[in-house]
Amino acid sequence: MDVRVQSDPIDVGAETARFSAGRTDVGAVVTFTGLCRDEGGRLTALHIEHYPGMAEDEITRVADEARERFSVVDVTVVHRFGRIRPGETIVFVATASAHRGDAFAAAGFMMDYLKTRAPFWKKEEGADGAWVAASDRDEGAAARWSEEL
Amino acid sequence: MKLVYFAWVRERIGRPGEELDLPDDLVTVADLIGWLSERGDEYAHAFKRPEVIRTALDKRHAPHDAPLAGATEVAFFPPMTGG
Repeated sequence: MDVRVQSDPIDVGAETARFSAGRTDVGAVVTFTGLCRDEGGRLTALHIEHYPGMAEDEITRVADEARERFSVVDVTVVHRFGRIRPGETIVFVATASAHRGDAFAAAGFMMDYLKTRAPFWKKEEGADGAWVAASDRDEGAAARWSEEL
Repeated sequence: MKLVYFAWVRERIGRPGEELDLPDDLVTVADLIGWLSERGDEYAHAFKRPEVIRTALDKRHAPHDAPLAGATEVAFFPPMTGG
């Protein structure tokens, strides 16, 4: 398992290749890439603040939970902080399993939980840049995993 | 006690964190929020709607009724918007 929180850009191709390299035990790798949107051209950049230490710990707890709930062989999560421009990757999640069902489910589960539990906060760039409000939809997306039990 | 603030909680209080000697009668996170709210306008502003404030004790999420005893670092922040 690999969990990283970094200010450097995420190279999705390199991360995906590295995650799959040399594996003969998995039949499915699912990757999710979360990008910064320009909100119809309005947004020039996001500034992502995080709680150092807790961010890594909380992502690790979510990944551990995903590995307990689903038959996944390996998990990688990379999350950025700092200034991020539209089109750049904010978060990368990869899951590997013998069959695709568990890899898809684990990736979805991790994204839904990261959204509501990992200590990151987005602020829009600009003089009147606002903090991005948490969304009820994200809370609902996380809640569905407990209903499905 | 070490207190740390993030996002608009940090901006409203005007600092990323501080070390404070807490009165002995503060038992829970909610007690601490109430005590901080009376330290000045910036704190009152930050904690105006305590129900939206999230907290962590030693880098783990904790509810407002969690006891402070044993914790060395308390964090206050708005709902998270990562991912």
